[in-house]
Amino acid sequence: MRIRNLFSVVILTGVFSLLGAAIYVIMDAVDVAFTEAAVGAGVSTVLMLGTLALTTREEKASSSRRVLPAALLSLVTGAILIYGTLDMPDYGDGRAPIHLHVAPRYLNDSAQEIDIPNVVTSVLASYRGYDTLGETFVIFTAAMGVLAIIGRGRRRRKSGTTGEADK
Amino acid sequence: MSLSDIRFMRRKVVLRVVSKILIPFILLFGLYVQWHGDFGPGGGFQAGVIFASAFILYALIFGVEQTRRAVPAWVTRSGLAVGVLLYAGVGVATLLLGENFLNYNALASDPIQGQHLGILLVELGVGITVCCAMITIFIAFAGRGRS
Repeated sequence: MRIRNLFSVVILTGVFSLLGAAIYVIMDAVDVAFTEAAVGAGVSTVLMLGTLALTTREEKASSSRRVLPAALLSLVTGAILIYGTLDMPDYGDGRAPIHLHVAPRYLNDSAQEIDIPNVVTSVLASYRGYDTLGETFVIFTAAMGVLAIIGRGRRRRKSGTTGEADK
Repeated sequence: MSLSDIRFMRRKVVLRVVSKILIPFILLFGLYVQWHGDFGPGGGFQAGVIFASAFILYALIFGVEQTRRAVPAWVTRSGLAVGVLLYAGVGVATLLLGENFLNYNALASDPIQGQHLGILLVELGVGITVCCAMITIFIAFAGRGRS
Protein backbone atom coordinates (compact mmCIF):
# COMPACT_ATOMS: atom_id res chain seq x y z
CA MET A 1 0.00 0.00 0.00
CA ARG A 2 1.32 3.37 -0.94
CA ILE A 3 -0.07 6.77 -0.05
CA ARG A 4 0.73 9.70 -2.27
CA ASN A 5 -1.73 12.06 -0.66
CA LEU A 6 0.37 13.98 1.86
CA PHE A 7 -2.72 15.11 3.73
CA SER A 8 -3.46 11.51 4.70
CA VAL A 9 0.19 11.00 5.58
CA VAL A 10 0.10 13.91 8.03
CA ILE A 11 -3.14 12.71 9.62
CA LEU A 12 -1.75 9.18 9.91
CA THR A 13 1.36 10.57 11.60
CA GLY A 14 -0.89 12.31 14.11
CA VAL A 15 -2.79 9.06 14.73
CA PHE A 16 0.53 7.29 15.24
CA SER A 17 1.54 9.89 17.83
CA LEU A 18 -1.76 9.51 19.63
CA LEU A 19 -1.31 5.73 19.77
CA GLY A 20 2.23 6.32 21.06
CA ALA A 21 0.78 8.52 23.79
CA ALA A 22 -1.64 5.72 24.70
CA ILE A 23 1.28 3.29 24.97
CA TYR A 24 3.12 5.72 27.28
CA VAL A 25 0.02 5.86 29.49
CA ILE A 26 -0.04 2.06 29.66
CA MET A 27 3.64 2.17 30.67
CA ASP A 28 2.79 4.66 33.46
CA ALA A 29 4.81 7.47 31.86
CA VAL A 30 1.99 10.01 32.07
CA ASP A 31 4.20 13.08 31.70
CA VAL A 32 5.73 11.77 28.48
CA ALA A 33 2.29 10.73 27.22
CA PHE A 34 1.03 14.22 27.92
CA THR A 35 3.85 15.76 25.90
CA GLU A 36 3.43 13.27 23.07
CA ALA A 37 -0.31 13.93 22.84
CA ALA A 38 0.07 17.72 22.99
CA VAL A 39 3.11 18.08 20.75
CA GLY A 40 3.17 14.99 18.54
CA ALA A 41 -0.53 14.55 17.89
CA GLY A 42 -1.55 18.17 18.33
CA VAL A 43 0.76 20.99 17.41
CA SER A 44 3.11 19.23 15.02
CA THR A 45 0.18 17.87 13.00
CA VAL A 46 -1.16 21.41 12.65
CA LEU A 47 2.29 22.71 11.72
CA MET A 48 2.68 20.03 9.07
CA LEU A 49 -0.76 20.92 7.70
CA GLY A 50 0.46 24.50 7.56
CA THR A 51 3.46 23.32 5.57
CA LEU A 52 1.14 21.47 3.20
CA ALA A 53 -0.83 24.65 2.66
CA LEU A 54 2.42 26.33 1.58
CA THR A 55 3.59 23.52 -0.68
CA THR A 56 1.46 20.84 -2.33
CA ARG A 57 -0.87 18.12 -1.17
CA GLU A 58 0.27 15.38 -3.54
CA GLU A 59 3.61 13.65 -3.53
CA LYS A 60 5.40 13.77 -6.86
CA ALA A 61 5.48 10.43 -8.62
CA SER A 62 8.97 8.97 -8.53
CA SER A 63 10.44 6.39 -10.86
CA SER A 64 9.63 2.90 -9.64
CA ARG A 65 13.14 1.62 -10.41
CA ARG A 66 14.38 2.76 -6.98
CA VAL A 67 11.94 0.52 -5.08
CA LEU A 68 14.20 -2.51 -4.78
CA PRO A 69 17.28 -0.71 -3.32
CA ALA A 70 15.00 1.22 -0.96
CA ALA A 71 13.30 -1.97 0.24
CA LEU A 72 16.68 -3.64 0.68
CA LEU A 73 18.04 -0.65 2.62
CA SER A 74 15.08 -0.53 4.98
CA LEU A 75 15.22 -4.28 5.54
CA VAL A 76 18.92 -4.13 6.39
CA THR A 77 18.44 -1.13 8.68
CA GLY A 78 15.51 -2.85 10.40
CA ALA A 79 17.54 -6.03 10.88
CA ILE A 80 20.42 -4.03 12.40
CA LEU A 81 18.03 -2.23 14.75
CA ILE A 82 16.42 -5.51 15.88
CA TYR A 83 19.89 -6.99 16.37
CA GLY A 84 20.71 -4.00 18.55
CA THR A 85 17.73 -4.65 20.81
CA LEU A 86 18.74 -8.27 21.46
CA ASP A 87 21.11 -7.53 24.35
CA MET A 88 18.96 -4.78 25.84
CA PRO A 89 17.71 -5.50 29.36
CA ASP A 90 14.16 -6.81 29.72
CA TYR A 91 11.38 -4.27 30.10
CA GLY A 92 10.99 -3.38 33.76
CA ASP A 93 14.16 -5.21 34.79
CA GLY A 94 15.27 -3.71 38.10
CA ARG A 95 18.92 -4.51 37.42
CA ALA A 96 19.03 -2.62 34.13
CA PRO A 97 21.90 -0.09 34.10
CA ILE A 98 19.53 2.84 33.80
CA HIS A 99 17.91 1.95 37.12
CA LEU A 100 21.21 1.65 38.97
CA HIS A 101 22.79 5.02 38.19
CA VAL A 102 21.21 8.20 39.60
CA ALA A 103 17.57 7.12 39.46
CA PRO A 104 17.47 5.49 42.95
CA ARG A 105 19.00 8.60 44.51
CA TYR A 106 16.43 10.87 42.87
CA LEU A 107 13.55 8.62 43.91
CA ASN A 108 14.80 8.24 47.49
CA ASP A 109 15.90 11.79 48.22
CA SER A 110 13.42 13.85 46.23
CA ALA A 111 10.89 13.81 49.06
CA GLN A 112 13.40 15.25 51.57
CA GLU A 113 15.35 17.56 49.26
CA ILE A 114 12.62 19.01 47.06
CA ASP A 115 9.36 17.86 48.60
CA ILE A 116 7.02 18.00 45.65
CA PRO A 117 4.79 15.01 44.87
CA ASN A 118 5.69 14.71 41.18
CA VAL A 119 9.23 13.32 41.02
CA VAL A 120 9.29 13.83 37.25
CA THR A 121 9.00 17.58 37.77
CA SER A 122 11.67 17.61 40.46
CA VAL A 123 14.07 15.70 38.20
CA LEU A 124 13.28 17.86 35.18
CA ALA A 125 13.32 21.25 36.80
CA SER A 126 15.76 20.81 39.67
CA TYR A 127 18.12 17.84 39.45
CA ARG A 128 18.35 18.12 35.68
CA GLY A 129 17.84 21.87 35.50
CA TYR A 130 20.76 22.31 33.12
CA ASP A 131 19.23 19.94 30.58
CA THR A 132 15.86 21.64 30.71
CA LEU A 133 17.54 25.02 30.29
CA GLY A 134 19.23 23.60 27.20
CA GLU A 135 15.91 22.32 25.88
CA THR A 136 14.33 25.72 26.37
CA PHE A 137 17.16 27.25 24.40
CA VAL A 138 16.58 24.70 21.63
CA ILE A 139 12.92 25.74 21.37
CA PHE A 140 13.94 29.40 21.44
CA THR A 141 16.44 28.74 18.64
CA ALA A 142 13.86 26.82 16.60
CA ALA A 143 11.43 29.72 16.72
CA MET A 144 14.23 32.14 15.86
CA GLY A 145 15.19 29.97 12.89
CA VAL A 146 11.63 29.87 11.57
CA LEU A 147 11.36 33.64 12.00
CA ALA A 148 14.65 34.19 10.20
CA ILE A 149 13.71 31.96 7.27
CA ILE A 150 10.01 32.65 6.63
CA GLY A 151 8.93 35.07 9.34
CA ARG A 152 9.33 38.30 7.44
CA GLY A 153 9.05 37.03 3.88
CA ARG A 154 5.54 38.29 3.27
CA ARG A 155 6.18 41.80 4.45
CA ARG A 156 9.29 42.21 2.33
CA ARG A 157 7.47 41.03 -0.75
CA LYS A 158 4.62 43.40 -0.10
CA SER A 159 6.94 46.40 -0.01
CA GLY A 160 9.00 45.15 -2.92
CA THR A 161 7.62 43.70 -6.12
CA THR A 162 3.85 43.52 -5.93
CA GLY A 163 1.50 40.96 -7.38
CA GLU A 164 2.08 37.23 -7.86
CA ALA A 165 3.54 37.09 -4.37
CA ASP A 166 1.75 34.16 -2.77
CA LYS A 167 0.11 31.48 -4.76
CA MET B 1 -9.14 22.23 4.01
CA SER B 2 -5.90 24.11 3.91
CA LEU B 3 -4.90 26.94 6.14
CA SER B 4 -5.14 29.38 3.28
CA ASP B 5 -8.89 28.90 3.07
CA ILE B 6 -9.41 31.21 6.00
CA ARG B 7 -12.33 33.02 4.42
CA PHE B 8 -14.03 29.70 3.82
CA MET B 9 -13.55 28.73 7.47
CA ARG B 10 -14.95 32.02 8.68
CA ARG B 11 -18.36 31.13 7.29
CA LYS B 12 -18.60 27.87 9.25
CA VAL B 13 -20.98 28.79 12.04
CA VAL B 14 -20.62 25.55 14.02
CA LEU B 15 -16.83 25.79 14.05
CA ARG B 16 -16.94 29.42 15.13
CA VAL B 17 -19.40 28.88 17.95
CA VAL B 18 -17.80 25.68 19.27
CA SER B 19 -14.29 27.12 19.17
CA LYS B 20 -15.44 30.27 20.96
CA ILE B 21 -16.87 28.09 23.71
CA LEU B 22 -13.81 25.83 23.87
CA ILE B 23 -11.01 28.40 23.81
CA PRO B 24 -11.48 29.74 27.38
CA PHE B 25 -11.43 26.20 28.73
CA ILE B 26 -8.29 25.35 26.74
CA LEU B 27 -6.60 28.42 28.21
CA LEU B 28 -7.79 27.50 31.69
CA PHE B 29 -6.53 23.93 31.27
CA GLY B 30 -3.18 25.29 30.09
CA LEU B 31 -2.89 27.39 33.24
CA TYR B 32 -3.91 24.40 35.38
CA VAL B 33 -1.21 22.22 33.80
CA GLN B 34 1.32 25.02 34.30
CA TRP B 35 0.68 25.58 38.00
CA HIS B 36 -0.24 22.03 38.89
CA GLY B 37 2.88 20.46 37.36
CA ASP B 38 4.42 19.99 40.82
CA PHE B 39 1.59 17.74 41.95
CA GLY B 40 0.45 15.84 38.87
CA PRO B 41 1.51 15.18 35.32
CA GLY B 42 2.34 18.30 33.40
CA GLY B 43 4.68 21.23 33.60
CA GLY B 44 5.85 24.20 31.64
CA PHE B 45 6.39 22.43 28.36
CA GLN B 46 2.97 20.82 28.11
CA ALA B 47 1.26 23.92 29.48
CA GLY B 48 2.97 26.13 26.91
CA VAL B 49 1.82 23.88 24.08
CA ILE B 50 -1.77 23.71 25.36
CA PHE B 51 -1.92 27.45 25.93
CA ALA B 52 -0.56 28.06 22.43
CA SER B 53 -3.01 25.60 20.89
CA ALA B 54 -5.88 27.85 21.97
CA PHE B 55 -4.38 30.70 19.94
CA ILE B 56 -3.67 28.34 17.04
CA LEU B 57 -7.30 27.18 17.06
CA TYR B 58 -8.39 30.81 17.07
CA ALA B 59 -6.09 31.53 14.14
CA LEU B 60 -7.44 28.52 12.22
CA ILE B 61 -11.03 29.67 12.56
CA PHE B 62 -10.82 33.45 12.63
CA GLY B 63 -7.70 34.10 10.62
CA VAL B 64 -4.17 35.25 11.31
CA GLU B 65 -5.03 38.93 11.15
CA GLN B 66 -7.56 38.62 13.99
CA THR B 67 -5.13 36.57 16.07
CA ARG B 68 -2.40 39.12 15.61
CA ARG B 69 -4.78 41.69 17.07
CA ALA B 70 -5.12 39.49 20.18
CA VAL B 71 -1.40 38.67 20.45
CA PRO B 72 0.70 41.21 18.54
CA ALA B 73 4.02 40.11 17.09
CA TRP B 74 5.99 42.02 19.70
CA VAL B 75 4.29 40.07 22.50
CA THR B 76 5.23 36.63 21.18
CA ARG B 77 8.70 37.72 20.09
CA SER B 78 9.60 39.28 23.40
CA GLY B 79 7.90 36.39 25.21
CA LEU B 80 10.33 34.01 23.51
CA ALA B 81 13.24 35.84 25.08
CA VAL B 82 11.51 36.56 28.40
CA GLY B 83 10.99 32.86 29.12
CA VAL B 84 14.58 31.91 28.46
CA LEU B 85 15.83 34.95 30.38
CA LEU B 86 13.60 34.07 33.34
CA TYR B 87 15.01 30.53 33.42
CA ALA B 88 18.63 31.64 33.06
CA GLY B 89 17.97 34.56 35.41
CA VAL B 90 16.99 32.16 38.20
CA GLY B 91 20.35 30.48 37.63
CA VAL B 92 22.20 33.79 37.79
CA ALA B 93 20.26 34.73 40.95
CA THR B 94 21.39 31.54 42.65
CA LEU B 95 24.96 32.31 41.57
CA LEU B 96 24.71 35.79 43.11
CA LEU B 97 23.29 34.31 46.30
CA GLY B 98 26.42 32.20 46.63
CA GLU B 99 25.25 28.81 45.39
CA ASN B 100 25.86 26.84 42.21
CA PHE B 101 24.08 27.75 38.97
CA LEU B 102 20.44 26.65 39.21
CA ASN B 103 20.78 25.38 42.77
CA TYR B 104 17.48 26.70 44.09
CA ASN B 105 18.34 26.07 47.76
CA ALA B 106 19.68 29.61 47.97
CA LEU B 107 16.47 31.29 46.80
CA ALA B 108 14.82 31.22 50.24
CA SER B 109 15.93 30.83 53.83
CA ASP B 110 14.52 27.29 53.85
CA PRO B 111 16.06 25.06 51.12
CA ILE B 112 12.72 23.31 50.48
CA GLN B 113 10.98 26.67 49.99
CA GLY B 114 13.81 27.70 47.71
CA GLN B 115 13.38 24.56 45.63
CA HIS B 116 9.65 25.18 45.32
CA LEU B 117 10.15 28.78 44.25
CA GLY B 118 12.92 27.88 41.82
CA ILE B 119 10.90 25.12 40.16
CA LEU B 120 7.86 27.40 39.87
CA LEU B 121 9.86 30.17 38.19
CA VAL B 122 11.78 27.84 35.93
CA GLU B 123 8.62 26.07 34.76
CA LEU B 124 7.02 29.44 34.12
CA GLY B 125 10.00 30.38 31.96
CA VAL B 126 9.70 27.14 29.99
CA GLY B 127 5.96 27.69 29.57
CA ILE B 128 6.31 31.26 28.29
CA THR B 129 9.01 30.35 25.78
CA VAL B 130 7.24 27.22 24.49
CA CYS B 131 3.90 29.01 24.16
CA CYS B 132 5.39 31.95 22.29
CA ALA B 133 7.50 29.66 20.11
CA MET B 134 4.49 27.61 19.03
CA ILE B 135 2.40 30.71 18.25
CA THR B 136 5.31 32.31 16.40
CA ILE B 137 6.02 29.24 14.27
CA PHE B 138 2.36 28.66 13.43
CA ILE B 139 1.69 32.25 12.48
CA ALA B 140 4.87 32.37 10.41
CA PHE B 141 3.56 29.39 8.43
CA ALA B 142 -0.11 30.33 8.24
CA GLY B 143 0.51 34.01 7.58
CA ARG B 144 2.66 33.12 4.60
CA GLY B 145 0.06 30.90 3.00
CA ARG B 146 -2.46 33.72 2.92
CA SER B 147 -3.12 35.35 -0.42
